[in-house]
Amino acid sequence: MPLKIALPKGRLLRKTAALLQKADWRLDEYHSSMGFYRPKSAKFPDLLMRVFHEKDIPIQIAMGNYDLGICGLDWIEELLVKYPSSDVVKVSDLQYGQSSLYMTSASKSMDLRQNGSPLRIASEYPNLAEAFALKHRLSRFSIFPVWGAAEAYPPENAEMALLAAEDTAEIMSYGLSPVSLVLDSSTFLIVNRNSRAKRDFDKIVASIVDAAPDIAKSAGEKKATAAGKITVSTPKYYPDTVRLALPDGHQQQQTVELLNKADIRIEGYPSTDGERRPKIALEGVVVKVIRPQDMPLQVANGNFDLAITGRDWVTDHLAQFPSSPVKEVLDLKLRKVRLVAVVSQNLSVNDSADLQGFVGGRAEPFRLASEYVNIADKFARENHLGHYRVIPTWGATEAFLPDDADLLIENTETGRTIARHNLKIIETLFESTACLIGNTGTVSAGKRQRMDYIVERLRTAVGDN
Amino acid sequence: MKIQRCKGMRDMSPVDMAMFHRLEGICRDCFIKWGYREVRTPTIEYLHLFTSAGTLTPTMLGKVYSFLDWDGWSGERVVLRPDGTIPVARLYTETMSGQGLARLFYAANMFTFEIGDKNRERWQCGAELIGAGSAIADVELMALSMEIANKLGLKDVELRLSHAGILKALLAKLKLNPEERQKILDSILDGDTTILAKASRSIPGLSDLLSIKGQSPGFLRENRAALCRALPEIKPSLDDFLDTTAVLESLDIKFDTNIASGAGFEYYTGVIFQLFMGKEKIGGGGRYDALIPSMGGGDVPASGFAIYLDRLIKLAKIKLPPPAEKILVKGSNAIVVFKIASALRNSGFIAEIDLDGKSADWTLEVKNDGTLSLTNKAKSRRTEVRSVPEVIRFLEVQRAA
Repeated sequence: MPLKIALPKGRLLRKTAALLQKADWRLDEYHSSMGFYRPKSAKFPDLLMRVFHEKDIPIQIAMGNYDLGICGLDWIEELLVKYPSSDVVKVSDLQYGQSSLYMTSASKSMDLRQNGSPLRIASEYPNLAEAFALKHRLSRFSIFPVWGAAEAYPPENAEMALLAAEDTAEIMSYGLSPVSLVLDSSTFLIVNRNSRAKRDFDKIVASIVDAAPDIAKSAGEKKATAAGKITVSTPKYYPDTVRLALPDGHQQQQTVELLNKADIRIEGYPSTDGERRPKIALEGVVVKVIRPQDMPLQVANGNFDLAITGRDWVTDHLAQFPSSPVKEVLDLKLRKVRLVAVVSQNLSVNDSADLQGFVGGRAEPFRLASEYVNIADKFARENHLGHYRVIPTWGATEAFLPDDADLLIENTETGRTIARHNLKIIETLFESTACLIGNTGTVSAGKRQRMDYIVERLRTAVGDN
Repeated sequence: MKIQRCKGMRDMSPVDMAMFHRLEGICRDCFIKWGYREVRTPTIEYLHLFTSAGTLTPTMLGKVYSFLDWDGWSGERVVLRPDGTIPVARLYTETMSGQGLARLFYAANMFTFEIGDKNRERWQCGAELIGAGSAIADVELMALSMEIANKLGLKDVELRLSHAGILKALLAKLKLNPEERQKILDSILDGDTTILAKASRSIPGLSDLLSIKGQSPGFLRENRAALCRALPEIKPSLDDFLDTTAVLESLDIKFDTNIASGAGFEYYTGVIFQLFMGKEKIGGGGRYDALIPSMGGGDVPASGFAIYLDRLIKLAKIKLPPPAEKILVKGSNAIVVFKIASALRNSGFIAEIDLDGKSADWTLEVKNDGTLSLTNKAKSRRTEVRSVPEVIRFLEVQRAA
């Protein structure tokens, strides 16, 4: 079997490409607009390469799907802090892509050991956030694992956020203060423990390490700065204030068009400068811009009264928390996609009914890769897939088949990307569009009136479509 | 696909279970005779029950099985019970508060993650004495734990004493910043005393206190005045410790003093005791007067201990009683066979219905004409009997013999 290496896309791509060029790897394709995520090296023609979202790489190495990987220490520690016996070995600090993880809050410093109501921490690093909470003996805490925009949560929707930033100035620019430095991160070369014992990849490792600058610098957990005692001030809204969450990313344009049509004017959305609190021209309504993936959980928690997200994310949330108070208030009929189960064209499986027989005859666990981990888990249970594993992914999921997973749960608009990757759809789970969601809990009459007004405006706008 | 049990988990076979029940039964008998009543708490509890300051150390919390429940959208986690005492204190606070003295015991499994193949699920029998704060109460628990060890046939069990108050006063004296203090406290609680020994070397008199080990608390008694002069804060804890040891001595219960060995739980406030067989710790406990107040249960002192059942399965020297004799009931008429087997069971015998045509120690054959024949395999003797009461009379005579 060929040796396999996982390379990062996104933030670390450019510098990793530069490093491999210096190491004379002569890659045919490794840039931000590549289509197939499988570059080849003229120096190591037998080496199998695959480009992943950085977060996926430690998991792929730990599972033994890949022998080597390059990614940030933050994602390695995020895995190791929860699963210390993972088969991931850090080989070398490659000295680029430095960042730091800070525990931050909206006030200058805070009493970490406060009693009473749970202290809420929003983070893309839920495991490191939990380890921080335990280490600092928070008596009661909640972790909000978020897909992004963690900096937008304090102070209204969380007391603290664990964030990656280049320096404290970046933290300050969000209007937050660093409470504690949790980790200094840098890019690392990692290998799978078992394959290191069995296989010889010294030449590959040497070629990468030799090309990296050799300044000795250790990165690791630094001592937390002592936290002082200033009470956290959570701004209190009037009970009648409606809190509306709007999506960031590529859904913004369609959302703003719909809002315009509904004659709901919002200043600074979509934002050109990362502003997450645009002004809405409706009295008694405040707006915050967060990831659509994170909205159902936040609406369930009562952090928002209304939110515009996709039915796919509501369904995933309800698969994890079946009794959640989140409900769909209005179908906005935007961004129509299908959620589908996908396998390789070469697999002799044509529909979900074939799966059970296929899985039963295998020695290895069946692997489902998806951004929708709870939907994937439910799909596996309902189809009696027996011994299975769900691999969480962060985008570009279609490149997981056929080597790194056996089935995907993916969204698709036209099915073209799926066909282009030589994959086939074996089941359509449901159709997803953008929708307005709310909480089934009771609210004051004044708030209800304001919410109804927004819903009716949007309903009219959707009806005009 | 290979079917296998989870890593770090164990099966108990019928043979293991017989031994387990015997051990648990001995513990249970002792607890009941001392006036303790059994309680059972759920396997799943909220994580914050254990994270509240003064309950479990961060090292232990880093090994709990925590997860989001099916309605855990608030982000608050639940855990598989990692400890027996805290849930019982919770139960007392929630449902028995104001009832005064309570002697409670439990037999339950605890879950903590261990790297490699070590057990991640462990069984304990524990007692909690809630509502009493005296030296007599501490000694009751020690005497009870030693009685159990004795009944389990364990030889050379060492009762090792320490005191959380003395340890905490010492730490305070070391003038550490909160972080260093926490680090040392955590290391002691996790069973590592080297950091404390190193840190206290600089203070004459106190390092002696840590290094004393042995049968008698004489050193402490003789140097009480000097120790209290060097460290006035130590006085209430030292006196408490000496009170307890005085009661132990008057009852002729042997013990060792080892102040530095505080391994256990962060919630301890007073005397800590541990039971050792050689290097193996088989149980332990202590006083936790601050736990119930921290849960809002009022100013209720308490102490308790647990015996580690799975370690004792290997160590205990007890014989299992021979398995009860079984009678296999054979015959072609199912109604008659079921009726006869039921009558035998009602008379206290184990009666199995024949399914595979094999013979047993005793086989009772029901013939088509309604007559019965009883065969003893060991003696190859066959007895013809007319009725079920006659069979029972015959077997009772055999059993008595």
